Amino acid sequence: MQKEYKTITEISGPLVFAEVDEPIGYDEMVEIRTPNGETRRGQVLESTSKFVAIQVFEGTSGIDRQSSVRFIGETLQMPLTEELLGRVLSGSGEPIDGGPEIEPDEERPIVGAAINPTAREYPQEFIQTGVSAIDGMNTLIRGQKLPIFSGSGLPHNDLALQIARQASVPEEDDESEEGSEFAVIFGAMGITQEEANEFMDDFERTGALERSVVFMNLADDPAVERTVTPRLALTTAEYLAFEKDYHVLVILTDMTNYCEALREIGAAREEVPGRRGYPGYMYTDLATLYERAGRIEGRDGSVTQIPILTMPGDDDTHPIPDLTGYITEGQIYIDRDLNSQGIEPPVNVLPSLSRLMDDGIGEGFTRKDHGDTANQLYAAYAEGEDLRDLVNIVGREALSERDNKYLDFADAFEEEYIQQGFETNRGLEETLDLGWELLSRLPKEELNRVDEEFIEEYYVEDESEELAQTAD
Amino acid sequence: MSQATATETTDEGVIESVSGPVVTATDLAARMNDVVYVGNEGLMGEVIEIEGDITTIQVYEETSDVAPGEPVENTGEPLSVDLGPGMLDSIYDGVQRPLDVLEEKMGAFLDRGVDAPGIDLERTWEFNPEIEVGDEVAPGDVVGIVPETESIDHKVLVPPGYEGGEAVAVEDGAFAVDETVVELDTGEEIAMRQEWPVREPRPTVEKETPTTPLISGQRILDGLFPIAKGGTAAIPGPFGSGKTVTQHQLAKWADADIVVYVGCGERGNEMTEVIEDFPELEDPKTGKPLMSRTCLIANTSNMPVAARESCVYTGITIAEYYRDMGYDVALMADSTSRWAEAMREISSRLEEMPGEEGYPAYLAARLSEFYERAGKFQNLNGSEGSISAIGAVSPPGGDFSEPVTQNTLRIVKCFWALDADLAERRHFPSINWNESYSLYTDQLDPWWRENVVEEYPEVRQWAVDVLDEESELQEIVQLVGKDALPDDQQLTLEVARYIREGWLQQNAFHDVDTYCEPEKTYQMLTAIQHFNDETAEALEAGVPVEEIVDIEAASKLNRMNTQEAYEQYIDDLKSEITEQLQELY
Ligand SMILES: Nc1ncnc2c1ncn2[C@@H]1O[C@H](COP(=O)(O)OP(=O)(O)OP(=O)(O)O)[C@@H](O)[C@H]1O
Ligand SMILES: [Mg+2]
Repeated sequence: MQKEYKTITEISGPLVFAEVDEPIGYDEMVEIRTPNGETRRGQVLESTSKFVAIQVFEGTSGIDRQSSVRFIGETLQMPLTEELLGRVLSGSGEPIDGGPEIEPDEERPIVGAAINPTAREYPQEFIQTGVSAIDGMNTLIRGQKLPIFSGSGLPHNDLALQIARQASVPEEDDESEEGSEFAVIFGAMGITQEEANEFMDDFERTGALERSVVFMNLADDPAVERTVTPRLALTTAEYLAFEKDYHVLVILTDMTNYCEALREIGAAREEVPGRRGYPGYMYTDLATLYERAGRIEGRDGSVTQIPILTMPGDDDTHPIPDLTGYITEGQIYIDRDLNSQGIEPPVNVLPSLSRLMDDGIGEGFTRKDHGDTANQLYAAYAEGEDLRDLVNIVGREALSERDNKYLDFADAFEEEYIQQGFETNRGLEETLDLGWELLSRLPKEELNRVDEEFIEEYYVEDESEELAQTAD
Repeated sequence: MSQATATETTDEGVIESVSGPVVTATDLAARMNDVVYVGNEGLMGEVIEIEGDITTIQVYEETSDVAPGEPVENTGEPLSVDLGPGMLDSIYDGVQRPLDVLEEKMGAFLDRGVDAPGIDLERTWEFNPEIEVGDEVAPGDVVGIVPETESIDHKVLVPPGYEGGEAVAVEDGAFAVDETVVELDTGEEIAMRQEWPVREPRPTVEKETPTTPLISGQRILDGLFPIAKGGTAAIPGPFGSGKTVTQHQLAKWADADIVVYVGCGERGNEMTEVIEDFPELEDPKTGKPLMSRTCLIANTSNMPVAARESCVYTGITIAEYYRDMGYDVALMADSTSRWAEAMREISSRLEEMPGEEGYPAYLAARLSEFYERAGKFQNLNGSEGSISAIGAVSPPGGDFSEPVTQNTLRIVKCFWALDADLAERRHFPSINWNESYSLYTDQLDPWWRENVVEEYPEVRQWAVDVLDEESELQEIVQLVGKDALPDDQQLTLEVARYIREGWLQQNAFHDVDTYCEPEKTYQMLTAIQHFNDETAEALEAGVPVEEIVDIEAASKLNRMNTQEAYEQYIDDLKSEITEQLQELY
């Protein structure tokens, strides 16, 4: 049995320092027992021949210098088995659903090794979410990491749930049941009980819980625990995807709380802070989470990530969204103005992006006009948006006929294309056709992003005339 | 990496502390930048600080579980790369470990403590001597040629550190890279493999002024902001604005002989994309698979941060080696900001005095040392070679006033400023034409006049003037609306719109549009100029501006980009414009 130390010299925020007289491995797990018999778990942040710095997951309150410290001799592991599906665990991986203990088939360190880029397979399979703003304009691909950039009080959770409910891969529907199964891993970090209920109720209502693993760290749970929650979730996801062939969708919320926890630990260690007090290594740290999405050659499963973050002050230059955007493969913006207009889901497509879209759509994947249509919708909506500013100054009358068409287009785009409600599941064809219906309200000559062949095929001839007539 | 081939160690010490990628050791006799093996697993590291008995090491692999008391062994050699045939068509991590070999050894996930030489020591190559017994050779001289890939002849050089002398034995035939192929009377033996410390530039005779453009097939770059072969460029921009796509486009289409692509702290999938795409794409110049002229270095964001710091050095050293053979090499580094952050992370673990925004005080020096290794050179062997260096910069919050962008701009001569606003409206490449610049334009103009068309510089100037005028007019439009402008200015706006939408925009994902040869770049612009001139005349003749801009042919100006047989299309278009306008008066 490992030696017990009663050598704590300092307790500071989430950190405990203790003297040691044997070599302790970096990152190794630690158990601290308080005088009243409670156990806290932690991890070695720095190890020297004389002392170690320990980060305590469950908080340091109640720990004193008389507490004993025991080193486990290995790094933090996640117990893994397919039986995890349907279970609800705490943010540090303990069952909290009253169910049986977990009997693992194997255990793996939660700090996952990086996927060798030569072993990756480039993600190209379209996931239909049934949400036009995503399917049509910012297509989600299996193995992608596509975060939702939101703000406090906005309905990002509704969108995440809608995606989790509706996500499907078209060809699989009609082919066979043999295809890999779908699983959802939900990693909650510092969310409120109310939000947690919202998720759990939806999971239960739709029966999704059966194919889900839930990790819950709530707002009143220890902050430092949040640094392990996503790692437990992702280790589970990798196991299910790459050992058990599941297509895993990982929803992590709220990454902002995760980053706050990082900042707290950094401050306790008296590190030189980076921008706005967040650690200088936050980019690298976030990358070790987000990069755990993808596909691997020769394996059937996949890990797709939808991290959710609330941008402090709705500011996307804040380090949390900024560093996230630099790592993920695009982002979906939830917009406050659209939300107050009652648009559901209130997705602002202009700053939104799916970087894997280009290779996963078009002929043989979705529909041949998909890319061009999306580009044209973007360009037209951007133009309409610009004109809105101008209208406020000079009024509609001062604008040309062309400009007025763009203004109408922008309104219609929001009210008919983006607006669909959180319960509606739109097919891809429907989304693409809807796009054409809107584009057809602009003169053909304006559609310079679209191949002429597609205009020929999909342009709805009478739309623009009809509109011209009603305008008269 | 070459340390994998050396087995001897010079000294052994003991780990004192471990904190992330930084380990300290005691009792280790070492020099700065020596490569060491850390811990029981022999993780590779480099000495970065020596203070009394304490040696500080940055470790190129994960340090979980490494404990004080474990041994540290010194190789006594600086971090070096293996140079020789077999580097093209390869993919390495930041310390030149071949990733495909690592995959064979340890599977899909990168484990640690596994080492492999940068070039295959077993494989044999056909060595064709270029010298005979009795010939005198000096450092840098070509002693033989090895067909390395379909498109590249690898020249075997007398290593720069050699004394040189008379050849006393010269082989001919198939050899492994470590076998001696030429022996000199000095006793020096030359093999196909040599080593070079990455942090030290390989010697040349002198740097020359570059006068040939690196043609990228991207209209806005070739046409407005060209980079020279041997030039330097920075692409700063916020996330999602198009840095990587631009770098990929350059790696695909630039008319360099060799491409070294360094993925520094970026996404795994982006490297996979290159690995999957390049073997299938053709070099527009040679018709050979693109991969056969490409060397990839991938140290993705989740790979160890110390190896990210070294990956740009590994890349530029490989580039220099091919330059020494007389090749034009293009090196892309995506992203130099991640490299700078790796420096910052290591520096802060060393508790060095931070400079601006926590970056170490030596940030500017490191950046300029790196870009200084680019250029057009006269090599030791008399040949000319070049390295063009193009670095992406990822400024926090997209704010160009931050230290990495600012320090880079002080050094590089092309500034390709990406603009989130353009990206949002899907204007790609979203390079802002008002902010960007190239300081090579004047020295490259003679090339355009001679090789494309005498008038090119004038046509370009015309386009620049129209765009300038547009941005001034736009300010007025924002206040009063377009219709309040005089007719001729409304026309200018229309012409500028075609320059932007028809010429500057270029879709990297369109089969035809992805690459645009200089001749087409020029022709397209003349069509828009033709429209400008003819519409001005029509206006003069009293035709109302609404009718002029409404002619059917006009919208075709936005379709020239996707035409393969563009000459015919553009000729026809010009006559159509003239005809349709003349019908109006
Ligand atoms: N020339 C282009 N043609 C078409 N699409 C483009 C072009 N350039 C960029 N894009 C689009 O913009 C997206 C983002 O580009 P890219 O990945 O190069 O951004 P980035 O600046 O490298 O971002 P990051 O800093 O996050 O890596 C691409 O996925 C693509 O959809
Ligand atoms: Mg990029």
